[in-house]
Amino acid sequence: MIASKTKQKQEVLEAVVVRFVGDSGDGMQLTGTQFSDTSAMFGNDIATFPNYPAEIRAPQGSLYGVSGFQVHIGSVEISAPGENVDLLVAMNPAGLKTNLHAVKPGHTVIVDTDAFSKKNLEKAQYESNPLEDGSLDNYHVIEVAMTSLTKEALKEVEGLDNKSITRSKNMFALGMVYWMYNRSTEHTIEFFNKKFKSKPELIEANTKVLNAGFYFSETLELIPNSYTVAPAKMAAGTYRIVMGNTATAWGFLAAAEKSGLELFLGSYPITPASDILHELVKHKHFGVKALQAEDEIAGITSAIGAAFAGDLAITTTSGPGLALKGEALGLAMILELPLVVVDVQRGGPSTGLPTKTEQSDLLQALYGRNGESPVIIIAASTPANCFNYAYEASKLAIEHMTPVILLTDGYIANGSAPWKIKSVSEMPEIKTRLIKEAKETWNPYDRDEKTLARDWAIPGTFGLEHRVGGLEKDKVTGQVSYVPENHEYMTRIRAEKVKRVENYIPLLKTEFTDEGDLLVIGWGGTFGTLYSSLKELRQEGYSSVGLAHFNYINPLPKNTEEVLKRFKKIVVCELNTGQFASVLRMNFHGIEFLQYNKIQGLPFGNSELIEEFKKIMK
Amino acid sequence: METTATPKYTFKDFASDQEVRWCPGCDDYVILRSMQKALPEMGLKKEDVVFISGIGCSSRFPYYMNTYGMHSIHGRAPAIASGVKLANPNLSVWIITGDGDSMAIGGNHFIHLLRRNLDLNIILFNNEIYGLTKGQFSPTSLVGQKTKSSPYGNTQPPFLPGELAIGAQARFFARIGGNTPKEMTDLFIKAEKFKGTSLIEVLQNCPIFNDGCFSKYTDKAVREDKQLFVEHGKPMIFGKERNKGLVLNGLKLEVVTIGENGVTEADLLVHDAQDKDPTLHQMLVRSEYPLVTGIIRAFPDVTFEERVNKLTAAVKAGSSFAKTDDLFFSGETYEVK
Repeated sequence: MIASKTKQKQEVLEAVVVRFVGDSGDGMQLTGTQFSDTSAMFGNDIATFPNYPAEIRAPQGSLYGVSGFQVHIGSVEISAPGENVDLLVAMNPAGLKTNLHAVKPGHTVIVDTDAFSKKNLEKAQYESNPLEDGSLDNYHVIEVAMTSLTKEALKEVEGLDNKSITRSKNMFALGMVYWMYNRSTEHTIEFFNKKFKSKPELIEANTKVLNAGFYFSETLELIPNSYTVAPAKMAAGTYRIVMGNTATAWGFLAAAEKSGLELFLGSYPITPASDILHELVKHKHFGVKALQAEDEIAGITSAIGAAFAGDLAITTTSGPGLALKGEALGLAMILELPLVVVDVQRGGPSTGLPTKTEQSDLLQALYGRNGESPVIIIAASTPANCFNYAYEASKLAIEHMTPVILLTDGYIANGSAPWKIKSVSEMPEIKTRLIKEAKETWNPYDRDEKTLARDWAIPGTFGLEHRVGGLEKDKVTGQVSYVPENHEYMTRIRAEKVKRVENYIPLLKTEFTDEGDLLVIGWGGTFGTLYSSLKELRQEGYSSVGLAHFNYINPLPKNTEEVLKRFKKIVVCELNTGQFASVLRMNFHGIEFLQYNKIQGLPFGNSELIEEFKKIMK
Repeated sequence: METTATPKYTFKDFASDQEVRWCPGCDDYVILRSMQKALPEMGLKKEDVVFISGIGCSSRFPYYMNTYGMHSIHGRAPAIASGVKLANPNLSVWIITGDGDSMAIGGNHFIHLLRRNLDLNIILFNNEIYGLTKGQFSPTSLVGQKTKSSPYGNTQPPFLPGELAIGAQARFFARIGGNTPKEMTDLFIKAEKFKGTSLIEVLQNCPIFNDGCFSKYTDKAVREDKQLFVEHGKPMIFGKERNKGLVLNGLKLEVVTIGENGVTEADLLVHDAQDKDPTLHQMLVRSEYPLVTGIIRAFPDVTFEERVNKLTAAVKAGSSFAKTDDLFFSGETYEVK
């Protein structure tokens, strides 16, 4: 382990953005995760953005096979993975070609020169070698023969095949970056010890290469100085780094424990939601029942069965899966059973862009079912608050006896950030509507006066035997009813029940200012970028711009209209063609909603937003 | 679960207050009554019984049972029932389905349920037609069958439910005519006792859209001559005279007559429903003469719940996590002061 260094000059930075890029088999995700975890433990605030291809092992060296991981670390509050890359580590020409645009002239690029072979340059469609033709003259390029140096470092380690040797070159790069940002290698070495417990030769090899990279930087005059990013000022407490999908899974664990219910997950693998399934199947010690079902429909319908029988039931999916679950979600809605459906949105339509982010399932979530079928819809907005919203989705489903759709997206689901750990004891109560004993005049569709929620009488409860179903039901007994007035009554009361949830959710807040020239509206996973863009804008003197970020989509917060009316102009920013904007237009007449939209499978960048906002305010 | 004694029920305790609305003369009435008679014999508490159905004529069934029940959506009852059972393994869960519901739109759930072997029961009402949508051919309709959607004759070869089910690893498969309530009642009781997924195919006459579809096997006059009702451990004898039987000739079943060509009862096949190898069971399922009814296969195997419970217990025993806080504060955490 190397804890500190001595001689080089150190420069103190507020925040830096580092991006690791290489082949999809080069271990860039792991490298980036290690750097972000280590930085978080050091006390930096962080945000990450993994960007990888849909192919598991795309042809080596190809442009479309490039996998990247961006880390933004800071001594200041970091709410997004950042836009301008300060340091690009490119393990091959394809990585350099596809990512150089993100590096501003004057900033640093580290390349593995061993990978710049004629063949690889051709695959990356370079006509000449960028390391030789002067095209990188405006950058600070650090050329390192990483593959050879890795081989050299490992020549004495026994029991390694060629593949394992070349595959550990990512640790050489990581070692270099650790040195540059004055980070300890301790955390990563601990990680090797755990991960390769049964393969001591791999512990030795990876540690050697990591250290080799670190020492190489230290002794090399190529790197003029090293940078320090001081710890950020964050609220006191115990933290850990979480990925959005993990936080989502943990939110459900917490909700199950708090409500005293057992957790049931019915799910079918789908990118980028599968990690929630992967996480929950681990937790059999909490009695989690996770069924990997035969298809998306069985995922939700098994959960409906579990909800009928008294579990906290959830199903997890992405856009195509939500489409398949539509009919069953309507069943859960008319049965008035608690159910949470998580949609980790990705680029659509159809198979679309499975590994890329988008916010284009909003209208599907709202309207993608037959008949009048309202459900509660909420959206998480950061990797860490996926925990809160998974918990909140469970609470609303259980207390209001209705399905809830929780929208996240590939960007926050795969991104990671520090999470100030919440103990279950700090979380709000969840009161179930389970009834344990027969009451004399009980009917299955009796409702709570305030919430309109019905009771939860589960099989096994003596004296409450009853039948439910997807046919329209009598407003009291729940028996099949074709009475015209009853159908209208039931349609309206199911809508009213969801509407009344507005009395149980927080009011809409604005960031930066309560009134002014421009209100920027966002929802879900774009929060970090919108927030940091507005912060930048304020630093430039624009003090009359506020941000209203929505986590509650259906119903909308009660004070929404009032907030909207306090601003002269409103722009709705979304990673779709304007779905939330149309929802707002439908709800609030006479208010003009400008739009800023991006549909590239990528998050917003700060500069495009800032430019747009300035244009609007001219 | 509660330890209070199970009350003594009669069939009336299991009838709901809903008026039964199947067509007059439908075998569904026989199935309903057989179930209501079987349940008091099962030693279950009424509140522990759940019927889950899909869509179709048969799927109205739960409304008529005074137990817990759900009339769900087309084809999905096996998945819903799986969720019910996994949420509360103490329940006796019954799936009510038809040939369209389970073999067409719900085919995927049907085969995967059988593969997993949860301890629940399926009653498949097979009438070789879509009744509720008024007479289209179904996945069990015969080639050439004229229906509303095949006016010149059906061109899609049918599934044999038993063949498909055993191919999907069904551990328990029984078949019964829709007009034999006594045997049906007995099969329901045995299916409930069997640990694992029990599938009972009822050959159910639809008097409106496919009248007489099974009459060549099930009519009272021919029943004994055309059906072999198998029982585990007993020789395969059938016929009014009880003089016909099955032997194995090479890789084929053959009908023989006791007393002819020196054949005695001792030469007949003895039914082994519990054989793990389903080869003979498949031959019995496919046999057209005699049509084989009764419990064709009842192979005792580990259930899905048993596997899950064992694994869960092992994970729990080896884990230091009792509460979610143990997980949240474990591993790589750090303090900010």
